[in-house]
Amino acid sequence: MPMPDRDAPVLLEMRDITKTFPGVKALADVNLVVNEGEIHAICGENGAGKSTLMKVLSGVYPYGDYSGEIRYRGVEARFADIRASENAGIVIIHQELALIPGMSITENIFLGNEPRTGLAIDWKTAQRRALELMKLVGLKEDPDTLIKDIGVGKQQLIEIAKAFAKDVKLLILDEPTAALNESDSRQLLDLLRDFRTQGITSIIISHKLNEIEAVADQITILRDGKTIETLDVLADGVNEDRIVRGMVGRDMSSRFPDYTPNIGEVFFEVRDWTVRHPITDRLVTKHANFSVRRGEVVGFAGLMGAGRTELAMSLFGRSYGTWLGGQVFKDGREIRLRTVSEAIEHGLAYVSEDRKAIGLNLLDDIKTSIVAAKPAKVAHHGVIDEVAEHQAAESYRQELRIKTPSVDEGVSKLSGGNQQKVVLAKWMFSDPDLLILDEPTRGIDVGAKFEIYGIIHKLAEEGKGVVVISSELPELIGLCDRIYTVFEGTITGEVVRAEADPERLMKQMTTTKKTA
Amino acid sequence: MSGLQDLKKNLFGGTTTVGRQFGMIFTLVAIVLLFEVLTDGLTLTSGNLIAVVSQYSYILILAIGMLMVIVAGHIDLSVGSVAAFVGIVVAKSIAHFGIPWPLGIVLGLVVGALIGAWQGFWVAYVGVPAFIVTLAGMLLFRGGNQFIGNADTVPVPEGFRTIGAGYLPEVGPATGYNNLTLLLGLIGCLAVAWREWQSRKTRQEMGAAPAPLWISGLRLAVMVGVIVFATLRFAGGRVGTSLPVSGIILIGLVLIYSFYTRNTVSGRRIYAVGGNARAAELSGVKLQRVNFFVMCNMGILAALAGMIFVARSAASGPQDGLSWELDAIAAVFIGGAAVSGGLGTVSGSIVGGLVMALLNNGLQLMGVGVDLVQMIKGLVLLLAVAIDVYNKSQGRFSIIDSLTRPFRRAEVPAAVPAADAPRQNDKTPAAS
Ligand SMILES: Nc1ncnc2c1ncn2[C@@H]1O[C@H](COP(=O)(O)OP(=O)(O)OP(=O)(O)O)[C@@H](O)[C@H]1O
Ligand SMILES: [Mg+2]
Repeated sequence: MPMPDRDAPVLLEMRDITKTFPGVKALADVNLVVNEGEIHAICGENGAGKSTLMKVLSGVYPYGDYSGEIRYRGVEARFADIRASENAGIVIIHQELALIPGMSITENIFLGNEPRTGLAIDWKTAQRRALELMKLVGLKEDPDTLIKDIGVGKQQLIEIAKAFAKDVKLLILDEPTAALNESDSRQLLDLLRDFRTQGITSIIISHKLNEIEAVADQITILRDGKTIETLDVLADGVNEDRIVRGMVGRDMSSRFPDYTPNIGEVFFEVRDWTVRHPITDRLVTKHANFSVRRGEVVGFAGLMGAGRTELAMSLFGRSYGTWLGGQVFKDGREIRLRTVSEAIEHGLAYVSEDRKAIGLNLLDDIKTSIVAAKPAKVAHHGVIDEVAEHQAAESYRQELRIKTPSVDEGVSKLSGGNQQKVVLAKWMFSDPDLLILDEPTRGIDVGAKFEIYGIIHKLAEEGKGVVVISSELPELIGLCDRIYTVFEGTITGEVVRAEADPERLMKQMTTTKKTA
Repeated sequence: MSGLQDLKKNLFGGTTTVGRQFGMIFTLVAIVLLFEVLTDGLTLTSGNLIAVVSQYSYILILAIGMLMVIVAGHIDLSVGSVAAFVGIVVAKSIAHFGIPWPLGIVLGLVVGALIGAWQGFWVAYVGVPAFIVTLAGMLLFRGGNQFIGNADTVPVPEGFRTIGAGYLPEVGPATGYNNLTLLLGLIGCLAVAWREWQSRKTRQEMGAAPAPLWISGLRLAVMVGVIVFATLRFAGGRVGTSLPVSGIILIGLVLIYSFYTRNTVSGRRIYAVGGNARAAELSGVKLQRVNFFVMCNMGILAALAGMIFVARSAASGPQDGLSWELDAIAAVFIGGAAVSGGLGTVSGSIVGGLVMALLNNGLQLMGVGVDLVQMIKGLVLLLAVAIDVYNKSQGRFSIIDSLTRPFRRAEVPAAVPAADAPRQNDKTPAAS
């Protein structure tokens, strides 16, 4: 592996950057130095200001909106907007993907940047260049495929291809692997290393510290809007624990809280559940059978697209696809879950993996969002009791440590991880018996992850059943009492905690053979 | 916090949404004062204020329904036609079939509800965009009006006219004022005081410090002042006039719908659906029901507006309700609602409607021609929404915020929010 040149010239220097939002000081005198040709990671807890810093750098918050100085390639840069920073070769890929689902790969790659002959768009050239760019990021797809028809992992690669359609010198990736499974993530990180050999500098933000450790040359750590330190990965002998110490300001001896499960009897059972894709004839869930005991944390492992989310959502009031058959039993009696409100009444809760698109109303404030799944709990005869609502929200703010000045704030102003906590609070508030968590720690920092694991355990201790869908095997192994593996819509096996190891799970996740 | 921020933040209750109305009301007051000067004091005379209310109350009633439709993420282009259709149905029924007029009103509301249900069915259950459904409705009911009325005008009886042209009766001692209007004003003052006290209590129960007393006092004084002023104006007009009946209906509706949209579970669902339909659905909200309800409700309010207009002009005609939908939609957007749904308040829309009404009225008083008035109104709408859109693109909210922006500079606390503080001390295993 070619090592970056230690004496490489400084490409970018951000000095004393301060950025305030009404009510929050997101960045306070932050400094960042990035050398040419390195992979520079930015770590920090949720709300530490990572995304904000990158938005300052890329002109999302234009010059004048922040104080401090940006020096880029030796001169002061004052970007008025994103276009200005792109012209200078800085391309950012945001935490939220910015692709248009109804457009093709080619159209998305060249959106706003279309090759032309005269006034007309030159689609031939566009297609050809799209293929080149896709090859560059290691993607084999028909360039006419619509974005909505490909998985998140590939979408992420398309975003990068899109960045390369411009003349990129500095590539910024804000949590690029949050939604990716392991192999997709690995592919993406390899890509970054490739870019390094081509002299392209990258800045990467991620909460997956193992990836950071593996790929980064330098790590800058932010905490509460301040620069804490910059670590040189080789020189300082950095490992995950070292990064965590910088992020949270102390050592964390374990990633999972201590906990002794107290498991009761089976109270929730699904039999022969079969679901068809909403449009095509494909079966996304095939004769699924599984059960959950009281006080048990049950994991679902599987590759992206294995049908775990589809299974969960179809159980949750048939919110996905066409139900073809199957029964659900709760406490021995068959229950009907034909609508979401029926599911909620029967004590189900589904915390979606995609909080922005389907988990939250981003126009709402925090307190309204928290009571949204069961507003009746804070209402008398349909009239909301503002005091009760406020108190409920306030108690979750404290319990989950949602970082906000007040529960009256809009959820759109929260950092990604804190939004996730709001979604979690919303479903905890609905008093479920069975809580289905779909990728509950996606985009969440180590400290908050630990807290969320603690909350999951607490819910289990209260005798609730918890189902966790996760693409991170270590998380499932550390958290769950039992893990089902899913492959292409079929539940292929069941592993209890004591026997769970990554190899075994991986094998079951990639085979059609039933093993248990 | 400095006194000024305190004031701004607390004058209208302290939350961000309510804080926004501060700017709205500020705009309204500015317009009133501007025209008061430009028209040499004609704007705030009793006669003119009474005329404004009776001339625009039906538009404002439409704006209430339109606000809910727009918040849910739809639009209704048919309200003018629906109003005209209901007007002619009611007028005909009374004139030709001898139905007593109170029954006529009930009939009108039922017809409005049926029309609303018809459009709601297409929007909610078939999934045709409301723009199309109501465009069709616009043609359908405009034609229906002419079909039933033969393009003639049909007069309505005296009793029926009360809802559009009626005033409160003169009762009690001769005070030189309309006594019932005075009474209403008094009730208004008491209600405002009670609400202020309630809101202090609520904040206390939430564990938040209530606004400093002087602010409560000032806020109360301003509101009572406005109410007293308005009461005296409306009560002190020509003998036999008062706050128009249509104005009282409007006030009643504003109170009911404000409460409904802000404080009830089902009212909130409208915002949830408009803000993120899929998220609302996954929270157990029945989308179809909400969509059906807002369209149906719009039909009822359009019917009411149509009847008030017919009552005011004493007859129903083929030109009734022409381009009302545009006025109502404009009011809602000037009042700060988002084009994409999910945002907006009843009171904001009412203030937006009043801005339009006073603009119209002031320009007319100044003798500006209808052509110019239209052009100015068009530009005002464009400008108001443009400022809104611009501000949102800057990550700020709404026109109103921009007006009050100079006040909020120093609001940023130096430290990071408090929920963090207990971070060190608990379950997380800490070793260092
Ligand atoms: N538009 C905004 N308005 C108000 N506050 C904001 C806004 N954007 C960010 N903030 C606040 O600024 C702080 C930093 O947010 P930022 O999104 O940069 O965090 P982050 O480090 O990227 O966190 P995460 O890991 O959760 O994505 C947070 O406290 C957040 O609430
Ligand atoms: Mg972020």
